Amino acid sequence: MVDVAAIELLGIDKRFGSVHANKNISLSVAKGSIHGIIGENGAGKSTLMSILYGFYQADSGEIRVSGKPVSIRDSQAAIAVGIGMVHQHFMLVENFTVLENLMLGAEGGAFLGRGADAARNELKRLEAEYGLDVDPDAVVEELPVGLQQRVEILKALYRGAEILILDEPTGVLTPSEADHLFKILEQLRDQGKTVLFITHKLREIMAVTDTVSVMRRGEMVATVKTKETSVEELAELMVGRRVLLRVEKQAANPGDVLLSVKNLTVKDGRGVVMVDNVSFDVRAGEITGIAGVAGNGQSELLEAIAGIRKPVSGEIYVNGELLTAANPAKLRDMGLAHIPEDRHHMGLVLPFEENENSMLGYHHDPLYGAGPFLDLEAIRKDAADKIEKYDIRPPDPRLKTANFSGGNQQKIVCAREIERDPKILIIGQPTRGVDIGAIEFIHRRIIEMRDAGKAVLLVSVELDEIRGLSDRVLVMFAGHVVGETAPDADEKTLGLMMAGIAA
Amino acid sequence: METFDIFISILGSTIRLSIPLIFTALAGLFSERAGVFDIGLEGKMLAGAFAAACVAYLTGSAFAGLGAAIVVSMIFSLIHGFASITSRGNQIVSGVALNFVAAGLAVVLGHAWFGQGGRTPTVANDARFQPITLPGVDMMRDVPFIGPIYANVISGNNLLTYLAFLAVPLSWWVLYRTRFGLRLRAVGENPGAVDTAGISVIWLRYRATLVAGFLCGFSGAYLAIAQSAAFINNMSAGKGYIALAALIFAKWKPVPVLFACLLFGFLDAFANFMQGKAVPGLGEVPVQIFQALPYVLTCVLLAGFIGVARPPKAGGVAYTKER
Repeated sequence: MVDVAAIELLGIDKRFGSVHANKNISLSVAKGSIHGIIGENGAGKSTLMSILYGFYQADSGEIRVSGKPVSIRDSQAAIAVGIGMVHQHFMLVENFTVLENLMLGAEGGAFLGRGADAARNELKRLEAEYGLDVDPDAVVEELPVGLQQRVEILKALYRGAEILILDEPTGVLTPSEADHLFKILEQLRDQGKTVLFITHKLREIMAVTDTVSVMRRGEMVATVKTKETSVEELAELMVGRRVLLRVEKQAANPGDVLLSVKNLTVKDGRGVVMVDNVSFDVRAGEITGIAGVAGNGQSELLEAIAGIRKPVSGEIYVNGELLTAANPAKLRDMGLAHIPEDRHHMGLVLPFEENENSMLGYHHDPLYGAGPFLDLEAIRKDAADKIEKYDIRPPDPRLKTANFSGGNQQKIVCAREIERDPKILIIGQPTRGVDIGAIEFIHRRIIEMRDAGKAVLLVSVELDEIRGLSDRVLVMFAGHVVGETAPDADEKTLGLMMAGIAA
Repeated sequence: METFDIFISILGSTIRLSIPLIFTALAGLFSERAGVFDIGLEGKMLAGAFAAACVAYLTGSAFAGLGAAIVVSMIFSLIHGFASITSRGNQIVSGVALNFVAAGLAVVLGHAWFGQGGRTPTVANDARFQPITLPGVDMMRDVPFIGPIYANVISGNNLLTYLAFLAVPLSWWVLYRTRFGLRLRAVGENPGAVDTAGISVIWLRYRATLVAGFLCGFSGAYLAIAQSAAFINNMSAGKGYIALAALIFAKWKPVPVLFACLLFGFLDAFANFMQGKAVPGLGEVPVQIFQALPYVLTCVLLAGFIGVARPPKAGGVAYTKER
């Protein structure tokens, strides 16, 4: 290599108690390149980046920026050596203007007046140089997510970042917004900036990076040129074994309508209409997918069907019976199972033992005890059976649920709901924060449910998931179902529909 | 002309009663905009009042009394900070505890030191903040309408009163025109943004609570050695809570805080004025009804008549780095 590397990590090691988050990591990132870091959740990507940005200190190892060893004790030090970070959850003050957010921490003096003028000029220069237009006086919370992210990038550039770290930047973006982000990143690279791009999505790595490093269980297992690798190879490196990326399934065999939603309107807690006059049917033996960018009413729709949120108007028929706003227990008795979007808030009680969570909600079943008493032995036996069937690790029904990984927690919820053998299964974000291995498993289970003649309603913001699993796809935008397509519709068409630009 | 005199008298009394509210509500403003709820305003005010009375009595200097009030009130702030910022304890519990400590400690110490049942001896007049006569009062007095207002409402107040009115624009300026203010507002909304910008969240919040302590020192001193001439058991009488209500009513903004405090002060003045007077058409009404007005108003306002009051988003939550 002719140039000095922009960033070099030598033997970075970090432990949190018994967890060895980063094991002797070495990495060299060429100046003026987009370097991807991919790995499953918990592989140690975020820890490594947090060390680079001064959130944590490495237990041992050395960081070099442009060949010089540096000590990054806090974020201030990281900024000083030219490292900027775009966080997964934006670090913006929402009721501040763009300009105020830009200035925070780089005010240019004790009084704001003069600094504000300087910031305004610098912002203009950055806009011109990188084509990153944004109104400096707009209040951040009123900007769309894509623009908020742009403000984050501008923040880093404003502080003089030469090296930009983006942590899972596309989670909140529509496909077209993501593509736009990729263009910005390429432009930054062409102007000599170095970009570190953290993700667990293979598609994005292939789309935008020059080189890619793969992390697995705290180790850096490979660094390859993106052009010389393939999605399959990267997936195998990430998981450590061969994985099936495409879900294999037969053609659907739709039967009777089991779940029917008619003219449903739902408001959220603030009284805003989130679901607006939505109607659709879900048939037996068919997976109906609902695609859309997060926050377009999918959550409220799921909650209304699951009986958690009372709709304003409209009807929900379960198995032909009118059950609008029935309580969840009644719906469960009718054979409707719900795998909620957010396992931490709705699916599980994290401080409980695994076996308790594995029957929660069905605890009235005589299987788990008579009258007011629980039959602990039966519960634990039942949990152990599910653990075996779903390959939940570690296989310990007495372990606190919080101590399982995201993928295994999700399997606990899936096992609980699917093993009840419901007629109708409604699922929200089945694989959010779940590693590839578990995704494969959960997807297979969902297909099995369909093949067993169950009606499945699937809500996901992951387009690949929707396209891979569904037999037909409804797209939601701003509370409306804006269209229906076949799952093999091309991504661009779907993306446009998701952005509310009906095809 | 009699109604005009009444108007002047109520106006003057409104201002006198609003001053401790203004200082205290501004104190709460700094603390809460930084994300630290401060239910302990009442206690800080009371502790400040006690310290002011003691030191003014012993030294014979009003300014020494004020200084003592500020120091004691800031010590209370530090305790609140240690409990809720450093140790990440519950901010409400810490604040309530400090209120109890202040109320109890003042009486116990007062009784031990002065033996007057918890109150301090009366402070001599030159150890108090005396009314200041503004220039030109005699000349202005005879000008119709404006004259009496100038002479009896604007002039003739003590130093702390004028400082309170100065504190409002000053607070606005600090909050919206300085680096400290920008960071303070940011840390109450999203401490993560402040931390990732390389600024210490903890130190920033400590400074905010110290400012709160500083301002509560003024309101305490006002109670003990400007408005009265001694510390009397529980002399803050819930003003700290009223100031909090005014703060919410004012949606955590400095200038509206002034008007909210004046409104509460007016209700208080009105209640005093109505004491023993007959209401036309109703006859004499128990004064308690009027005294209850500020509290009734508080309930009504907080019950949602002021629209959505959006508190600082990170308020009440101790900051922990993610993961």
